[in-house]
Amino acid sequence: MSFPWANHYAPKHPAMQWIDERLPLPRLVYNAVGAGYPVPRNLNYFWNFGVLAGAALAIQIITGIVLAMHYAANGDIAFASVEHIMRDVNSGWMLRYAHANGASFFFIVVYLHIFRGLFYGSYKAPREMVWLLGLVIFLLMMATAFMGYVLPWGQMSFWGAKVITGLFGAIPFVGEPIQTWLLGGFAPDNAALNRFFSLHYLLPFVIAGVVILHIWALHIPGSSNPTGIEVKGPQDTVPFHPYYTAKDGFGLGVFLIIFAIMLFFAPNYLGHPDNYIAANPLSTPAHIVPEWYFWPFYAILRAFTVDFILPAKLWGVIAMFASILLLFFLPWLDKSPVRSGNYRPTFKMFFWILVIDVLILGYCGGAPAEEPYVMISQLAAAYYFAHFLIILPIISRIERPLPLPGSITEAVLAKHGETAGEAQPVAAE
Amino acid sequence: MVRPIGALVGLGFVFVLLFSLITGAVNFIKEPPAPTVEHEFHLHPKKLDLASNGPLGKFDRQQLQRGFQVYKEVCAACHSLHYVSFRDLQAIGFSEAEVKAIAKQWAIEVPSVNPDTGEAATRKAEAADKFPLPYANDVAARAANNNAIPPDLSLMAKARHDGAAYVYSLLTGYQDQPAELLKHFPDAKTGAGLHYNPYFANLNLAMPAPLVADGQVTYADGTTASVDQMAKDVSAFLVWTAEPKLENRHATGVAVVIFLLIATTLAFLAYRNIWAGTKH
Repeated sequence: MSFPWANHYAPKHPAMQWIDERLPLPRLVYNAVGAGYPVPRNLNYFWNFGVLAGAALAIQIITGIVLAMHYAANGDIAFASVEHIMRDVNSGWMLRYAHANGASFFFIVVYLHIFRGLFYGSYKAPREMVWLLGLVIFLLMMATAFMGYVLPWGQMSFWGAKVITGLFGAIPFVGEPIQTWLLGGFAPDNAALNRFFSLHYLLPFVIAGVVILHIWALHIPGSSNPTGIEVKGPQDTVPFHPYYTAKDGFGLGVFLIIFAIMLFFAPNYLGHPDNYIAANPLSTPAHIVPEWYFWPFYAILRAFTVDFILPAKLWGVIAMFASILLLFFLPWLDKSPVRSGNYRPTFKMFFWILVIDVLILGYCGGAPAEEPYVMISQLAAAYYFAHFLIILPIISRIERPLPLPGSITEAVLAKHGETAGEAQPVAAE
Repeated sequence: MVRPIGALVGLGFVFVLLFSLITGAVNFIKEPPAPTVEHEFHLHPKKLDLASNGPLGKFDRQQLQRGFQVYKEVCAACHSLHYVSFRDLQAIGFSEAEVKAIAKQWAIEVPSVNPDTGEAATRKAEAADKFPLPYANDVAARAANNNAIPPDLSLMAKARHDGAAYVYSLLTGYQDQPAELLKHFPDAKTGAGLHYNPYFANLNLAMPAPLVADGQVTYADGTTASVDQMAKDVSAFLVWTAEPKLENRHATGVAVVIFLLIATTLAFLAYRNIWAGTKH
């Protein structure tokens, strides 16, 4: 579906005509990310992060495929093969640092993308499916990143694998058999390393597939925008190409500059020194921590310290999974008809409390499991659940939103001190 | 339906979390955690200025060669350097002939096979070999070192927080246990065969101070071999063994960032140009 005023694909070159008649792939691209997709004209820079996430996925797949040509998924030589990449493979150090930091940057842009969606109500009707598919991508990313971190077979790889698969061991009665089945043994070893490598290679392509569904679902209602009101006519939109391809090109440049600074000048800043020690099942690291992008969830996992009917560990595991799963219900928890946080004063306040809360959880998740971090993460985790499950539904019921502008064009012109009367026509392509 | 169930689930989690919090707080007040000896006496590494530090850092090749000499004459007796090859030494300024000589004269030989009988044997190292292991296996390493395995040093500068500064601090940090420590933690007396060092995570390590006297090695370039100088040099050398491509990385990074700045400026101008007539 698209708006009636969308540009129509009309190939000029006979070769493109020939292809389009037989396989309308050029038409598909034109309508998806070309001039045939009308987009609200008022998007701000927070709308760059979807494209940046796509770019990050592409960087991970390309560097990953080349790394896999040099890596050996075998417990005896995996660690040495990574050092071989760092020392003897031409530009191998660049590939590996790009891949390791690329994972972090993928999560940075995806977190910004998710929080943009949370603030501007992008999860609300009619875009629920876009949100749900996005969460599926997020879950797949977490699984892929976790298994990728195991592959260098350093100390954190090994003990991280042990702790995370150990979570399944908390399930009553069947936990331990499940853990053994997942690992292919009683502890992480060659069997686990090989299956993690296999799945780590598979899942990015599954992610790419779900990304296509995510974009497809987005194109049914079209992109949301900072006012949260729907597109009403041609004056509200501009064609994706060249308007947003140009803007995304600039955004991609800024992203790559920051990425390059990290990659070339502080490539190990986001990593953990212990992972430069080869895996040793007989020596437990003093503090086992996952990568930074899992810290908020790790803090929730460790916040449950008391056996209350269920064992504390099981509470932690349930809560950690629940903290992500509850996001799937968000479109039905927040029933406010107003989408954008800009017009919801009460929501806006609690939104920023949530942002700070998640940052605190992240900090506590990276800290050692001692006081005062445990108590702080207990408070922060309690707020996290209260925010989504209790506060948000109440706000959406009692809040009095600010008056919405009549249309996207009206909002844009009001920003420039003009009235809607002089609405300019949409620039022709 | 979603909201009432959600609220119940939310209340459940909040209740258990607050219950955990209160239980933890009560325990914390009843029995405040006793200060540990590590918490009180462990020191953060000293500052170490190396030429390779910073985004534009380059190696000081004279220093790396001195550091290699310290490794060869002091550390190599117990610590391996197994991810580094002799041929790699050309990158720190040794000629091909010098590298061949270093490999040939290396005290430890490389495991091999007798070509006539097929029995296990050893041979002289060659430039293409990795630095040979000082012990045949972990059991031999433990037996010779008071039940501790001397770790491989190839990646040491990346495998500890503060890398090279940690190595330097550890090498220069050996001392007697402070009287203050023994007064407050009488149980924490350094055990037999261990050595007190406040820069080590649990304060006592099996390795005795390896750099004990000024002039322990004689530098070819005439630099005075004080303990402090030797510790600095070998730390610098271990930065190189851990990250041999550091200079290449810095130089590539500068070129990449300059390229991206130009490309991004152009992209910004293109963006402004395209949107020039459109209010947004």
